[in-house]
Amino acid sequence: MLYFIEQCLNGVQLGMLLFLLAAGLTLVFGIMDLVNLAHGSLYMLGAYFAATVAALTGSFVIALVVAVAASLLSGMVLEVIAIRRLYGRDHLDHVLGTFGLILFFNELVRLIWGGGGLSLSLPPEMLTAVEIVPGVYYPLYRLVIILASLAVAGLLYVVVMRTRLGMLIRAGASNREMVGALGVNIKLLYTLVFGLGAALAGFAGVMQAPILTVEIGMGENILILAFVVIIIGGIGSIRGAFLASIIVGLIDTVGRAFLPDLLNHVLSANAAVTMGPALSSMSMYILMAAVLVLRPEGLFPAASR
Amino acid sequence: MTTSVDPALTPSLDVAPKRRLTPRAAFTVALLLVLAFLPLYATLTGDAFVLTLFTRVIILAIGAVSLNLIMGYGGMVSFGHAAYLGIGGYAVGILAKEGIASGFIQWPVAIAASALYALAVGALSLRTRGVYFIMITLAFAQMAYYVTIGLDRYGGDDGLPIRQRSQFGGLIDLTNKTAFYYLCFVLLLVCIYLIWRIVNSRFGLVVQGARVNDRRMRAIGFPTPRYKLVCFVIAGAMCGLAGALLANHTNFISPAMMHWTRSGDLIVMVVLGGLGSLFGPLIGTATFILLQEALSRVTQYPDLFLGPLLLLVALYVHGGIQGLLEGRRE
Amino acid sequence: MSSAPLTIERLTRRFGGVVAADAVSLDIPPGEFHAVIGPNGAGKTTLIGLLAGEIAAQGGSIRFNGKDITWLPGHRRGQLGLARSFQITSLFPTFTALDNVAFAVQAHCGHSFSFWRDARRDDELRAPARAALERVGLASRAGLRVDRLSHGEQRQLEIAMALAAKPRLLLLDEPMAGMGPEESARMVAILRELKRSMTILLIEHDMETVFALADRISVLVYGRVIASGEPEAIRNDAGVRRAYLGDKEAPAQGARHG
Repeated sequence: MLYFIEQCLNGVQLGMLLFLLAAGLTLVFGIMDLVNLAHGSLYMLGAYFAATVAALTGSFVIALVVAVAASLLSGMVLEVIAIRRLYGRDHLDHVLGTFGLILFFNELVRLIWGGGGLSLSLPPEMLTAVEIVPGVYYPLYRLVIILASLAVAGLLYVVVMRTRLGMLIRAGASNREMVGALGVNIKLLYTLVFGLGAALAGFAGVMQAPILTVEIGMGENILILAFVVIIIGGIGSIRGAFLASIIVGLIDTVGRAFLPDLLNHVLSANAAVTMGPALSSMSMYILMAAVLVLRPEGLFPAASR
Repeated sequence: MTTSVDPALTPSLDVAPKRRLTPRAAFTVALLLVLAFLPLYATLTGDAFVLTLFTRVIILAIGAVSLNLIMGYGGMVSFGHAAYLGIGGYAVGILAKEGIASGFIQWPVAIAASALYALAVGALSLRTRGVYFIMITLAFAQMAYYVTIGLDRYGGDDGLPIRQRSQFGGLIDLTNKTAFYYLCFVLLLVCIYLIWRIVNSRFGLVVQGARVNDRRMRAIGFPTPRYKLVCFVIAGAMCGLAGALLANHTNFISPAMMHWTRSGDLIVMVVLGGLGSLFGPLIGTATFILLQEALSRVTQYPDLFLGPLLLLVALYVHGGIQGLLEGRRE
Repeated sequence: MSSAPLTIERLTRRFGGVVAADAVSLDIPPGEFHAVIGPNGAGKTTLIGLLAGEIAAQGGSIRFNGKDITWLPGHRRGQLGLARSFQITSLFPTFTALDNVAFAVQAHCGHSFSFWRDARRDDELRAPARAALERVGLASRAGLRVDRLSHGEQRQLEIAMALAAKPRLLLLDEPMAGMGPEESARMVAILRELKRSMTILLIEHDMETVFALADRISVLVYGRVIASGEPEAIRNDAGVRRAYLGDKEAPAQGARHG
């Protein structure tokens, strides 16, 4: 039971990371109609920036701040130089172009930091477990990830729902042409939105670095998960991304933890050992396939276009 | 072959090889000649590497040709096509490991398995369109990828070496590099010919029409999803054959064969060569692989140049290299 | 092609709060050229959609050639001899005019799971396609890509595609839309020629055409048929005049295309 709670929390934590990525992705797709495969690269850059600054300054917090700022800047620069030329094109052009960017960034990282990956260690205060419920201990840092992500999610909510910028974002998501026609500086808006997405991705990259990885190609693995989240949640819907992230995070983590055992009861030991891990990896894709077939607009779609 | 027709009067899609010597045609013929005489060159110069390299080009070109059928002619952008390379390869590898070395069994199984997977994936995916379709095909390829990682008996993540290439009795010895090369080349030409016949048939016209105006096609009375599904299965089967060839070529199978970046590579190869043209995929594959090879000789960081190049192609060359050769922009 | 009768009885269709078809009843004998007119938003295109099978009826019935087709799906109605053209041109722009019509022919030639024969050299497809193009006067433009045809020619092509299905009843949704005087005259000539061999239900705004060609006219306002009868009767009907509120006045005797 304790194990189950722990796994659920891990699932929520994974979900939070996915949400940070998915939010940026769904914003960009919902507003600029752009399929950005290179979103994972921004996530990777965030982690690398942080690892470097942490090694220089010895402070995790400084590393986090600098990395997020650098990600924001990188995103905006990338948008101005390359991304904005893709607006309005066929999605295939987006796929092709941003795929090229993935290759470029992976190689760039190899050039600057070498192929071996980096590590980012936690400040010693974080290396403890917290008793959240009598008898249940949970790593402090993972808790921090959940809370920090929730804070960012809350901040995002405030910005999107309560500020003028957010209003423009929501308007742009439901009716792109109108917003432009209303005289808003669309170019700047798009650059900001893309930068915001990049900052979110960078933040996620930094937060996960101490417990997961800082290596080349890390972006692509999680990118697919983020796309799955968006499809399940509904493209353009941040609320959808939030809920779907938690669902996907839980399914993946709890699935991996318990499915092999469950299968043991039903199938022969051999089959369970073979199929267990495979099935749990597949579980979220199966969910995505089901959603696409039964409710293609997503489980929690954005307001009508 | 068809008689020469004024380009202004015919559909822009290259539906039949033209007899007039356009730059595009000349380039294609030149490329085919190079490929035909390559083994001779290899033997004369003793350069075995170039033979290996071009065998790879030809095999992946078969994959690109099959993807072009659904993408270029059918308008279905599949981001999971490398799955069939993997399925075809694993069919050969698994059977080889279990003691069935006969190519007469392995290769049909490779093709059939790929066709079946394409049927399942297509039946679900074709209910969606646009970016949803792209993502769901990607997801299904990832599923296949994870399944193979879980196959401990067949190497799991590390992959599985294949000790013996597919056996065809006395007919052909696949360990003979030249023989294998020519087999692949002939199969490529056969596949291109099949595609030519298919896209110009009644079936092919329905698929092409559905790409241009699906709603009207259905209003006229065609149940287009059915036709698209069959098209999808044909493409999957053809790519499965490429997978079987690839496994033989590398004497190795691994989940990496169907990693999503491999699917991305295939898309690049097709687009580079020009969507919806018969020989475009071959041109695109050759260009992509040779470019990769050339860049990796010049620099330790080839993708630093390849990446932005792809971006430029996406931005400025809509018709692919074929378009460049024609001086045409869509 | 023989013409077939169409009987619509109390056909009804609602979209949310809007009644697009309000118990519409029409009785069209075989070979009649029946025009449906009415102000914008009257439900004319909805009517075509209901008849063609694109929109499901919520009440009433449709009998075509004696058969009840109310619940028959669209492509089956096509097989029975009901064909339509579209108000907004929706063709295959990168294909030739001949290719376009050949598609329509192909759809009525059984299944298309034929993978080997070159369909562009299949006389079973090309000959009827050419004939249809001939009938609308586009024979000389057969080999041209559709996106190089003029708007008027594209509208003619729409008709050719409907003809390729060898229809017994032709549903025409504003074929003259966006045409200049010369193109309109050509279209009227085509319609007059078609009139002889099939039943035609025409939706149009161009009053001169309507009054020149129609055997009978029905007026649709807010989904209801407020008047139905011979052109003269409609021209003089007070209710019709009111409905149009000074919109196009019915032309006097001796109209241009008469």
